[in-house]
Amino acid sequence: MRRVVIFGATSAIAQATARLFAAEGARIFLVARNAERLEAVAADLRLRGAAEVHTTVADLTDMADHARLVEQARATLDGIESVLIAHGTLGDQAESERDPTALLREMTTNFLSPASLLQALAPVMAHGTIAVIGSVAGDRGRQSNYVYGAAKGGLRVFTQGVRHRLASRGVDVVLVQPGFVDTPMTAAVAKGGPLWAKPERVARDIHRAMARGGPAILYTPWFWRWIMLIIRLVPDAIFRKTKL
Amino acid sequence: MVRSDYLSWGRVLRPRQTVTRPAFMGDVAAILRGSRTSVLPFGMGRSYGDSCLNADAALIDVRALNRLIAFDRETGVLEVEAGVTLAEILQYLTAVSEPERSWFPAVSPGTKFVTVGGAIANDVHGKNHHSAGCFGNHVLSLRLLRSDGTTHLCSPSQETALFAATIGGLGLTGVILSAVLQMKSVPSLWLEVEDIRFEDLAAFDRLNAESADWEYTVAWTDCLARGPQLGRGIFTRARHAGRLGPPPPAMLRFRRSMPIDLPGFALNAASVTAFNALYWRRAPVTPTRRVSSYEPVFYPLDAIGQWNRIYGARGFHQYQCVVPTVTAPEAIPALLNAIAAARQGSFLAVLKTLGSRPSPGMLSFPMAGTTLALDFPNRGAATYDLLNRLDAITAAAGGRIYPAKDGRVSAGDFQRGFQNWRDFARHVDPHFSSSFWRRVTAPFESSSNS
Ligand SMILES: Cc1cc2nc3c(=O)[nH]c(=O)nc-3n(C[C@H](O)[C@H](O)[C@H](O)COP(=O)(O)OP(=O)(O)OC[C@H]3O[C@@H](n4cnc5c(N)ncnc54)[C@H](O)[C@@H]3O)c2cc1C
Repeated sequence: MRRVVIFGATSAIAQATARLFAAEGARIFLVARNAERLEAVAADLRLRGAAEVHTTVADLTDMADHARLVEQARATLDGIESVLIAHGTLGDQAESERDPTALLREMTTNFLSPASLLQALAPVMAHGTIAVIGSVAGDRGRQSNYVYGAAKGGLRVFTQGVRHRLASRGVDVVLVQPGFVDTPMTAAVAKGGPLWAKPERVARDIHRAMARGGPAILYTPWFWRWIMLIIRLVPDAIFRKTKL
Repeated sequence: MVRSDYLSWGRVLRPRQTVTRPAFMGDVAAILRGSRTSVLPFGMGRSYGDSCLNADAALIDVRALNRLIAFDRETGVLEVEAGVTLAEILQYLTAVSEPERSWFPAVSPGTKFVTVGGAIANDVHGKNHHSAGCFGNHVLSLRLLRSDGTTHLCSPSQETALFAATIGGLGLTGVILSAVLQMKSVPSLWLEVEDIRFEDLAAFDRLNAESADWEYTVAWTDCLARGPQLGRGIFTRARHAGRLGPPPPAMLRFRRSMPIDLPGFALNAASVTAFNALYWRRAPVTPTRRVSSYEPVFYPLDAIGQWNRIYGARGFHQYQCVVPTVTAPEAIPALLNAIAAARQGSFLAVLKTLGSRPSPGMLSFPMAGTTLALDFPNRGAATYDLLNRLDAITAAAGGRIYPAKDGRVSAGDFQRGFQNWRDFARHVDPHFSSSFWRRVTAPFESSSNS
């Protein structure tokens, strides 16, 4: 029975992934901010086959608490094999341009907090996989969301480093790069066209990567790997003229 | 967010609507408080016309409210959030089915891609209506959130008036947050099935009478056949079979999807006539019994995602009416004759006898009698003329049309069909509305005889 810890367990992608673990009869430890939501998610996973589901309410921007949280998860599950770090916010670029406090808050939730969790997890895990949700926005800074993008871009290098650090111990670290995902978090964005993926689709890719321990960077759905390759390669002189 | 990509299944209308999408039940109250226009819940958009649309106003997409809450394996009582689909319920019931007993939804429409909230709001019926009644007959309770912020636990014994209004209530009485449903105990998820070709409507009636011990019955009819062949078709009956090894796998995704809208000329009278004739001949003359998983029997169309695009970019109308038992022998041939004469129907004409079990729902569509349902590609005025003629036949027979399928019936025909619509209207939440509701409650000139 797999022992799975999920941070930010009430996000749509985390829930969809957790359901796949539940169907396998996993033992699951969930962390999120809102007790009522957490309980709804836990009840759902119990019904869907999870051997056990534990929950802890925590504000993950409180980094002083991370070591304790990780220890609690380890003790409850008697070891940790799979971790998904899924919390994050989409942020408001314009607000971060005006207000340094907002900028700091974005960086904290989307970069510092997951980075600190990785630090807390690194010494505890003996084998298995840690998956961290990044974003294709981290692949190139764009005027419309470079604050969010920079946080996710930072996470990319950080994750790479932790993967390197843990390689000898047989722990794999995967950076998940989803494209546009049709979730309540993106409800305010007009959707259309084939680029929008359902959280269930993204969850299947994450679940598979967590079982295999790779790739190091998982683009999901797969075609984003090629889209982002092109976006990274567009020369600055041309990129500057786009409205992206 | 104003969007124009929330459509109903018929794809005739492309309204602009402000859409919000609560992630948890607790988010809905704030959405209701914050909305300046009228709102309407939206499920999987499997209604055909405008009853799940709210043009120039707001939709609340409830599909993220899709968690299971509790299941009692002894009693088959299942509690779910309202955005859970029948597909997910079937997947779940497959996973928990046991050698001696499986559970199955008590009532299921012809697609499993509907939400529980949508199934309640249209009080859907299935192939077992003659024995099991409607979806609403198996709702033990539901939680309804109104725009004044109050939550109501409604059941056959509590807040009964609101319960009756909400079942078949077209999403107008508030947002259904969750529901407690009675599942049905079955020997297995496999079905024993017979397909029987029949020559005319008299034969259809005979087959119905002979099928008392078959739980599920439905008939496909060749809607373009005329003269002595009028009403010919294929009668399908099914019942749960005993256990046959492990349960059939539950499919959650489509095997194939329609990638594009088919051009308008692809479906013309000639191709449809040819298809129907071939389809009828394909069925064996002598009844054949087979054992099948429930998927192809219950949900034949679900195998192809977005099959509605076959009707092209202008979309299509579905026409579904029910006529009472006494008038059916005259009305059904009249309807079929009108359709065949206009050479307009499509592949999917369905004939089914509905039973007399009353639903708790005030505005429920079914009545004891015969229901006819079929697709009409949207060809503008010609299509509307024919549908109006069908309305006249239905109304004269004392029947009514199904709001879940409708996008064009007149206010008069709706109000004559659902005599208690005014009683129902008293339970409509003042902040809820739909394109359908505004259309059918518009004042109309009552005709001379009413
Ligand atoms: C291929 C196919 C076959 C079908 N076969 C049948 C059949 O055999 N029998 C039958 O009866 N119907 C049938 N239908 C119609 C379908 O069952 C109904 O339209 C059903 O209500 C659709 O559910 P939905 O989740 O898509 O809801 P929508 O179409 O999105 O919404 C339907 C109604 O439910 C309301 N609603 C949705 N969620 C909530 C909520 N949480 N709270 C309150 N109101 C809500 C909406 O406001 C709307 O009025 C069929 C449809 C298709 C496409």
